[in-house]
Amino acid sequence: MSDLRQRIQDVIDNEPVALFMKGTPQFVMCGNSDRALRALRGAGAPVTAVDILPDPAIRQELSAISGWPTIPQVFVKGELIGGADIVEELAADGELEAKLEGTLGPSYREARAEQVASVL
Amino acid sequence: MAAEPLQRLLQEAFPDATELRVEDRTGGGDHFQVIIATPRFDGLPLLEQHRLVNDALAAPLRDGTIHELRIKTKGTE
Repeated sequence: MSDLRQRIQDVIDNEPVALFMKGTPQFVMCGNSDRALRALRGAGAPVTAVDILPDPAIRQELSAISGWPTIPQVFVKGELIGGADIVEELAADGELEAKLEGTLGPSYREARAEQVASVL
Repeated sequence: MAAEPLQRLLQEAFPDATELRVEDRTGGGDHFQVIIATPRFDGLPLLEQHRLVNDALAAPLRDGTIHELRIKTKGTE
């Protein structure tokens, strides 16, 4: 396994909520990434964001790991939840909060602030 | 790319779809909204429903002709 793939896998496995996106939460570069981020924020998720744009290899390795072709991708404790449409849909009917609470515990909202991680 | 080739790919993958629409969201031929209802989605988790749609559109997703894709899936139950 390449070092890059290992670092991506580490983020997926170790971060409570990992969001692989185009851009950063401060400077979002794509509408779908923005929709996923907003849905996660609305549910109070402790997001760790990874910008995939600095190197095309990030996206290639990520999709090889997840089997998911598009960006953004959201993981909760290592489990692929989906892209923007799925996260938005789950948020709209309360399933996203239920998932976060079930996986991360009832006080997941206070866990910590939004952060950014690099895999390079 | 216009919406029709994507529509054809989806029709081949989901011949039993009761609703199948591909909309070019921006008119630029690379931002698409797919709406699809098929009994195949009944009882299937949302993630797996979207995975089937992604699989059907694997080629245009891979070669970049789809720059942005929005998917709305529905069962028929």
